[in-house]
Amino acid sequence: MSDIADRVKKIVVEHLGVEEDKVTENASFIDDLGADSLDTVELVMAFEEEFGIEIPDDAAETIQTFGDAVKFISGAV
Amino acid sequence: MFDLGGKNALVTGASGGIGGEIARALHAAGAVVTLSGTRLAPLEALAAELGERVFVETCDLSDAASVEALPKAAAAKMGSVDVLVNNAGITRDNLFMRMSDDEWQSVLDVNLTSTFRLCRGVLRGMMKARWGRIVNISSVVGATGNPGQGNYAASKAGMVGMSKSLAAEVASRGITVNCVAPGFITTAMTEKLNDEQKARILTQVPAGRMGEPGEIAAAVLYLASPEAGYVTGTTLHVNGGMAMI
Repeated sequence: MSDIADRVKKIVVEHLGVEEDKVTENASFIDDLGADSLDTVELVMAFEEEFGIEIPDDAAETIQTFGDAVKFISGAV
Repeated sequence: MFDLGGKNALVTGASGGIGGEIARALHAAGAVVTLSGTRLAPLEALAAELGERVFVETCDLSDAASVEALPKAAAAKMGSVDVLVNNAGITRDNLFMRMSDDEWQSVLDVNLTSTFRLCRGVLRGMMKARWGRIVNISSVVGATGNPGQGNYAASKAGMVGMSKSLAAEVASRGITVNCVAPGFITTAMTEKLNDEQKARILTQVPAGRMGEPGEIAAAVLYLASPEAGYVTGTTLHVNGGMAMI
């Protein structure tokens, strides 16, 4: 697994308090990992800080799963 | 009684009578305070009076860019904004039939839109800290209405609905959002009334006197304190019984 994926997974595990093995490619933050809408905003904030990037609101809306996040961040850093 | 040691507070309208007292009360409870307002001289005078743990940051609340910059500037000086008091407000009274679009819009911009922008500007830090206190200074007329103050009353009622919505969104993050609604308080804003007007108003106040700025500051201090952590989305009316709501 790439370095980016590891760092994203760490943030998700810490923020949502879920088991690491639950954070799979297609795991939806809201449907599978128990996030509420505010959690998703906070996750995006945490990604922005961890990777030093800006994630615009329209892009943030497309980040629904762990895989989405890794893909977007990989393209942005 | 309330300890704000280690907390950083931003107070708008700190050059005014009520805002100055709010800043004094938070400072006396141990908070670091950033005083904001449009006029530098009175802010610096208050800062000199308070001594240490105080910063000054001027801001024109009718200017969007200036408003956006304020929370960042305050956080840069203090390290964070843990307590935000949106106290600044203006009046441009006129009878409804004579009220211009400009009179309406300027009051809404300064009283309500700037409050929205400042709340939004401090949320990120409060969310990360899992602690925050926002106190918005509304007014009794936001609940009761007042002839000649359609714009002001709308802005103050708008604050209440906005505060409740935000309170619901961020309660799980340890952030509370409340309003304090003053009645008739002795300030420059009410000094403009003549004796006859004051006497007429006082017939509506069971306490039989106008309130003091310190009595508003005490309410703000409570809502800003750790002890008020379970109080959110409410409006604390401080009006001598003028409106029991």
